Amino acid sequence: MTTDAIIIGSGPGGSTAAEVLTRAGWSVVIMEKGRNHLLDTDDLTKPASDYSNDEIKFMVRHFLGPDPLIEPRAFRRSTDEGEHTHVGEVNSIPSTVGGGGTHADGKVPRFREEDFRLLSTYGPQDDAHVADWPLTYDELEPFYTEVENAIGVSGRAGANPFAAWRSGPYPMPPGAPMYGAVLSSAAAERVGLHPYEAPTAANSIAYDGRPACNNCGFCAFFGCPIHAKGDPVALLTKTMATGRAELMAETYVSRIRLEGRRATGVDFIGPDGVERSMEAKVVIVAGGAIETPRLLLQSGLEHPDLGRHLMVHFQTIEVGHFNDLRLHPHRGRSVTHVHDDHMVQNDASRAAAAEANLPWLRGGLVEHAGGGFLVGGARHVPWGSGHARAMREATMSEQIWVFIMQGEDLPYPTNTVDLSPSIRDARGFPVARITYKPGRHELAASRHHGKILQSVLEEMGADWTIHTSSPGVPEFGGLTPPTPESRHVIGTARMGDDPGTSVVDRWGRVHTVDNLVLADSSVFPTSTGYGPTLTLVALAARAAHHLAGTTPGTTSGANEGSTT
Amino acid sequence: MPVWLSDHEYHVLRAACAQMLPSEDGAPGAEEAGVADYIDILLGAFTFDPPRIWAGGPTSGRMGGDAGFVRFHRLSALDELAWRMRIEGSRGLPEREFNGPVLGLQEQYRQGLAALGDDFAAVDGDEQRRRLRADEGFCDLLYGHCCEGMYGAPEYGGNRNGVGWSYLGRDGDVQPRGYSDQDVSEP
Repeated sequence: MTTDAIIIGSGPGGSTAAEVLTRAGWSVVIMEKGRNHLLDTDDLTKPASDYSNDEIKFMVRHFLGPDPLIEPRAFRRSTDEGEHTHVGEVNSIPSTVGGGGTHADGKVPRFREEDFRLLSTYGPQDDAHVADWPLTYDELEPFYTEVENAIGVSGRAGANPFAAWRSGPYPMPPGAPMYGAVLSSAAAERVGLHPYEAPTAANSIAYDGRPACNNCGFCAFFGCPIHAKGDPVALLTKTMATGRAELMAETYVSRIRLEGRRATGVDFIGPDGVERSMEAKVVIVAGGAIETPRLLLQSGLEHPDLGRHLMVHFQTIEVGHFNDLRLHPHRGRSVTHVHDDHMVQNDASRAAAAEANLPWLRGGLVEHAGGGFLVGGARHVPWGSGHARAMREATMSEQIWVFIMQGEDLPYPTNTVDLSPSIRDARGFPVARITYKPGRHELAASRHHGKILQSVLEEMGADWTIHTSSPGVPEFGGLTPPTPESRHVIGTARMGDDPGTSVVDRWGRVHTVDNLVLADSSVFPTSTGYGPTLTLVALAARAAHHLAGTTPGTTSGANEGSTT
Repeated sequence: MPVWLSDHEYHVLRAACAQMLPSEDGAPGAEEAGVADYIDILLGAFTFDPPRIWAGGPTSGRMGGDAGFVRFHRLSALDELAWRMRIEGSRGLPEREFNGPVLGLQEQYRQGLAALGDDFAAVDGDEQRRRLRADEGFCDLLYGHCCEGMYGAPEYGGNRNGVGWSYLGRDGDVQPRGYSDQDVSEP
């Protein structure tokens, strides 16, 4: 069997590529190693009803996958620690139809102009390979606009004074602000910061045939039971409705077949456990910044930068406790407000950089968030007499407010993804090994910006605060595990014009293989401090339009049926 | 009648759960919530068809809609492999030991409950707490499951009649009702 394109991975990047290509007349086969809980198996043009407000199913029992017993990862902080120090869950993004889009709470900020030219704007950093992107914000803006409309984003243009220009309004207005965020935003403003309504891929009004979000609170880490979330459901149902796509769930691609400068197809193992092959004119890989390099390495692709420059967003976590408040963070869409101030240089950040002997430092987007889940929260309350009273007083849930800064990771060549020499998945293939630790820049940024966030919590009335991070590091008390918990995985197959220092070109095409395209955040040269989803989706749309010879908003192009 | 544990193990487990989440001052504890049943059903998940691993969706019926949670999902072959490894352990089977032996929950509970002593339910609270704390690993495992059985969805066998939620003034699952914008934005 031959198809125009095989797309490996059905997450936001793969789904976007599929939607753009099928709209342009291509035939595609989407191979997803996880199960399908997103689309109705009897009619793939409709959403399924498998998702629910169920903490055990989603937070404890790996409903969205991957199950760490079947698909573990290996982890170490550096090569000094030997082969690995941990095997299990590391930076796991759902392995399911819809991929990471299904569990995300849908904060989808755009990057800013300077994020695409970090080296030109701020200069190099020791030990890191700071780079400019081979494209500008202006080039990507039409694709940002197209994908915001496709997935449905609520927000308010002009709300963020630091935002890049945009060619039009958000498709929807912001949803209801969470009570805690109202208080924390007011406190942040009093401290001189600029909080705003988070651009969010959750419907604030009925949109594109899907209902408005009803604020159930099971947003981050959960699939949306009413499909009000801008996960890939809209993209995939439209893709399937063209009749030009086949979705193969529980299908594990074990190898991309490479012959010289061509990818001829893939070897895959279906749900029956049988290995087969399929040919395609184009192969698109959208497995995320860990699974994509794993597959490329497994397929024998060679490049010195393949698997290097892994970035995960070093998270600064500032926790405040409020004796006199009940913040009910379980109502609403997990995060409704954010601020960007820590991405912007000022005298204080320059002084902090100088003190750390760094040329500059940048933090990241700060999410205003609470806790609120009962099973997870109860684990932090001691057992025995007094447990029920503490739970009722909600000391560790409704009286907690948290700032999470998604701190910019610099692209260090020593932070990598490679193949584990000894750990295997259930199918017998080597798993990804993550080697990661934050550098001086990330720690200095966390120290500096953490103090500002602490002052906001105190302004809000906190009776105590805690500064910690993910991954946990000794200087911040080591309260959290040494494995990073961020689900923002970035880098490992960077984009650039120079085939010697980048894996893919400006269109996401592997420099050395003419018809092999990457459509996920592995191609990012730098991580910025913003969640990667909208940008990876915009890049996937751009790459697919380039393949098809179409432009944003069009339905047919010069390359209908693929001539690549 | 326990699903997987012996009657004696179940008796010890109930006492251990009641020590972790006691009923006191009018607050329901593990006994009222049936936390031991939650754990026993997890250990015996494969005695049900479909296995009691993932409750269905999209609604439970408690806030309207269909009672979908009671329709547990079928497992794929890989799902079943994972959950049999987790619950039953690898048992020397090559297909479960691709990264080495796995000690299953059944064996962890069998050993952990035995270590608490045959007389565990009869000794006083101080002694029960001392014995529980003597094995940090089992204590941590048990407490995690206690939290799930106290505050998770009742369809898994615990949180009987939603007592874990109602005492806290929480609704648990709220679809299809959700919350109003006022519920979200106001104190």
